[in-house]
Amino acid sequence: MSEMRKTDAVRLHRELDEIWHTPRGLPQLAAVNHTILGRRFIIAAFVFFSIGGILSMLIRAQLATPNTAFVGPEVYNQFFTMHGTVMMFLFAIPMFEGFAIYLLPKLLGARDLAFPRLTALGFYCYIFGGSILIVAMLAGVAPDSGWFMYTPLSSSTYTPGINSDVWLLGITFVEISAISAAVEITVTILKMRAPGMSLDRMPIFAWYLLVTAGMMLIGFPPLILGSILLELERAFDLPFFDPTRGGDSLLWQHLFWLFGHPEVYIIFLPAAGAVSTIIPVFAQRELMGYRAVIVAIIAVAFLSFGLWVHHMFTVGIPHLALAFFSAASALVAIPTAVQIFAWLATLAHGRPRFDVPMLYIFGFLFVFVLGGLTGVMLAMVPFNWQVHDSYFVVAHLHYVLVGGFVFPMLAAAYYWLPHVTGRLTMHKLSVPAFWLIFVGFNMTFFMMHLTGLRGMPRRVHTYPSGVGWDWLNLLSSIGGFILTMGFALILIDVILQFKFGKPYRRNPWGARTLEWAQPNPPPSYNFASLPLVDRRGDMLDPHEIGNDLAAGNGYLGFTRNGWQETLGVDMTTGRPDQTIVLPNRTFLPLYTAIAIGLFVLCLLFKVYWLSLVPLAITLVLCLAWTNVTGLRHDHGELDIGNGLTAPPHYEADGPPSWWGMVFLLACNGTLYASLIFAVFFLWLVAPGWPPAELVATGLVLPLMTAVAVSGAAVLSRMAVAANAEGGGALPLLLCAAGAHVVTVGLLLYLIETALPDPTSHAYAATAFVTLAYTALHSALGMVFALYGVWRIVNGFVSARRSLDLRIGKLWHDYTALTGVVGIALILVMPLIVAIQGGGQ
Amino acid sequence: MATLWWIMFWGAAALFLMVGALYALAWWRPATMARFSVGQWLVGGGLVMPSVVLVGLVTSAFVLGERLIPRPLEEPPLRVHAQAHQWDWRFGYDDSDATTNELHIPAGQPVDVVVTTQDVIHSFWVPRLAGKIDAIPGHENVLRIEADRPGSYRGVCAEFCGSGHTTMRFTVVAHAAEDYDNARATAFAEAAR
Repeated sequence: MSEMRKTDAVRLHRELDEIWHTPRGLPQLAAVNHTILGRRFIIAAFVFFSIGGILSMLIRAQLATPNTAFVGPEVYNQFFTMHGTVMMFLFAIPMFEGFAIYLLPKLLGARDLAFPRLTALGFYCYIFGGSILIVAMLAGVAPDSGWFMYTPLSSSTYTPGINSDVWLLGITFVEISAISAAVEITVTILKMRAPGMSLDRMPIFAWYLLVTAGMMLIGFPPLILGSILLELERAFDLPFFDPTRGGDSLLWQHLFWLFGHPEVYIIFLPAAGAVSTIIPVFAQRELMGYRAVIVAIIAVAFLSFGLWVHHMFTVGIPHLALAFFSAASALVAIPTAVQIFAWLATLAHGRPRFDVPMLYIFGFLFVFVLGGLTGVMLAMVPFNWQVHDSYFVVAHLHYVLVGGFVFPMLAAAYYWLPHVTGRLTMHKLSVPAFWLIFVGFNMTFFMMHLTGLRGMPRRVHTYPSGVGWDWLNLLSSIGGFILTMGFALILIDVILQFKFGKPYRRNPWGARTLEWAQPNPPPSYNFASLPLVDRRGDMLDPHEIGNDLAAGNGYLGFTRNGWQETLGVDMTTGRPDQTIVLPNRTFLPLYTAIAIGLFVLCLLFKVYWLSLVPLAITLVLCLAWTNVTGLRHDHGELDIGNGLTAPPHYEADGPPSWWGMVFLLACNGTLYASLIFAVFFLWLVAPGWPPAELVATGLVLPLMTAVAVSGAAVLSRMAVAANAEGGGALPLLLCAAGAHVVTVGLLLYLIETALPDPTSHAYAATAFVTLAYTALHSALGMVFALYGVWRIVNGFVSARRSLDLRIGKLWHDYTALTGVVGIALILVMPLIVAIQGGGQ
Repeated sequence: MATLWWIMFWGAAALFLMVGALYALAWWRPATMARFSVGQWLVGGGLVMPSVVLVGLVTSAFVLGERLIPRPLEEPPLRVHAQAHQWDWRFGYDDSDATTNELHIPAGQPVDVVVTTQDVIHSFWVPRLAGKIDAIPGHENVLRIEADRPGSYRGVCAEFCGSGHTTMRFTVVAHAAEDYDNARATAFAEAAR
């Protein structure tokens, strides 16, 4: 009997692997598999971490002694700007993305992520964008205005070279991968879990990732908007941040920290999720206070958006307003304390057992608690006035970020590395490596608290001797080199594990989550069949489940049509409601990323007309993505095993791609809201208002535009309704496309005739961007409408298979909504500007 | 200010040691620690303890902050102007010439420094006299400083402002109130030479 099961399992393995595996050689560049791409993300992030680390060594070499002549300020400014930029954008975020991409489907019991090709696109955008920055650094023209890029220092007047453009364009390029990862993580968690895994049975790590991804969707758009506006100012002289023409450099600070503070929690939460996963395994007890922890992380997410101003306590904001942000900043300590005490309670109620990951958990608690305490200090306004922009802040932020991210991620690396390699860690190097890192870290950064309290400002390339900073800096530098040795040792340790680690059978740590129910290293298809989860996802028995699934006893334990199948479930209950057919490997993501890269390079070298070529190629390639998706006839309910059925996702109500569009538009909407915030902020706060010349559109043209853009949305809704009735959508979609053409035409006419010169004043510049935003969305709306027509003509659409039209409908609705809001804003602004003139 | 710092320092040290002790106990004496239920851990450690600490701290910091901000005084304090540009400070006085990188103030009385910039963002910071305030293009910020006794106080630009940021240092010279006018006149004369 068991022999037969074994042969069945082997046969099933062969069949699935045939469909899912990525051959060696060139096809590897076409890989879309999450295990492969997750590993690549992690390796690339580690490479960037090494680059950032080398930069920090150069910084410490320069600061080891007073009056060093190792490098001058021009080079030093590039060092610290690149160190911060690389660590935040090219190491921390992608490293967490890599972990999420590798682990998420395995934790949830799925065979891949929701949008495998998007994973690949994100990876290439990340690599290409990051390379632009590194190449610029090697060429000596790296960004040098600080990782926070404050205007006007970063504007074309004071940084005329290419340096700032490299940052703005390169980082925005990288953000494509952050946004796509955020959409993908959100949709995967909400829709692609194992049957029976309701929301309140999800492993806690999935909760952390869900909240983090949601924060990214809201947190990144302000930065992206800020970067676009600053690049527009640098390239076309639109004065958003120029105080002589109604702009304000404070607008940049608000947009930057609206992103920048949530960013800190975006980095911390996934790491805390790893801690919440690892501690229970070694405490041999499930996580205590599971629900309280979920409430706490949601609270952190909300609070994190209300305290960005604590980076701006010294810019001259009224004290009462500062008090509000100070209290909010202190408040965030409470949900953090809830998590820390949940971890302590788990240890107290368990039978703690030691292993290397726990060593790093200890390091995490030690360092992070200290960083949290100095954080509360910094949240106090009078103290902040004193130590802001001093080395005290450098110490604090490294305690929080290294304590809150690097230490937990090292614990996570030691914990999950056996999953990747199928081999166990040897202790001989792991333990001394930890102590080098722990001692080196504290030696480097504890001293900086003192240097800061003794008045040493940040971002200085040298300092005079004899003011009490000498020995502290020297100790910091020595500590830094000890820290580096620790990391070198870890690298060697990991390589040794790959080569000589002892293989094991399954679940070496005695964990109770699904990813350990796989053979290791994991097969290309993850699970030969998908499990039924009947209890909390961190209280399972991987041994029993693993054998059962490998034998094909779960859901989808077979192959069909050569499809890459996995299950989609109801968001809250986890009841299967669709069979998701995932796309196979393709070079399209690579080509698309190359096209976007060429577009970015065109902007970087200021050949704007030429940039339209790669832009058009990008659009065509994006349309080509849809070539292999969709079905040409209705399939109805499909057997998914164990007596259950579910339709293919093209025929389901809420397939991943529909939800993907919902979350993408939510992200886009935040960008638009940031733009509206910018308009009102400039009007209320910026000097140089009211502008000399106002927008004079009259009422007729704007109203016609509003009608046209709303008409497109109504027509597309009618098309969807007609399609559900059995046909007749095609002419309606053609009309919707026509309405978009009219909208774009009217908007271009308004921009050309009714707007004052956009370079004359920030008011005109923001009006221009508002109208251009709608014009761009309407133009894409036309593409969506025509795409619907194309899909109908090619037989991909039926009353059941309406997905293409419904995704379009989302876009048309969004365009109409934002378009009407934008036009209302254009009409209202001249009135309120006339009533109250400006801040000063 | 120093009081706030020492309260925060000892408070932070106590909290750190407490978390450390709980961790150690949970590790080595789990039986003792398991007597507290999960609810007690979370409510006691996660909610009550930080709430009490934070309410006290936030309130006292707010009261201190209110004392430090430049409110109108019965006798309006002396106003001086600090105009930053890459990479020097130019200090102006209502009644006379300007000095570069050297600010002269009378000791023992509050002085309002009006901080502005001609180009990028800078920040006015004299660690021993007061906190810092940024010089933002198009805006005017006021910082109140007070030197208890005559002497020289080091000042730096605290906001990164380009390649000369490191060397954008200045000195505040506090003179005994009765010598102030003379001392300033001497300084002008020297600067003019």
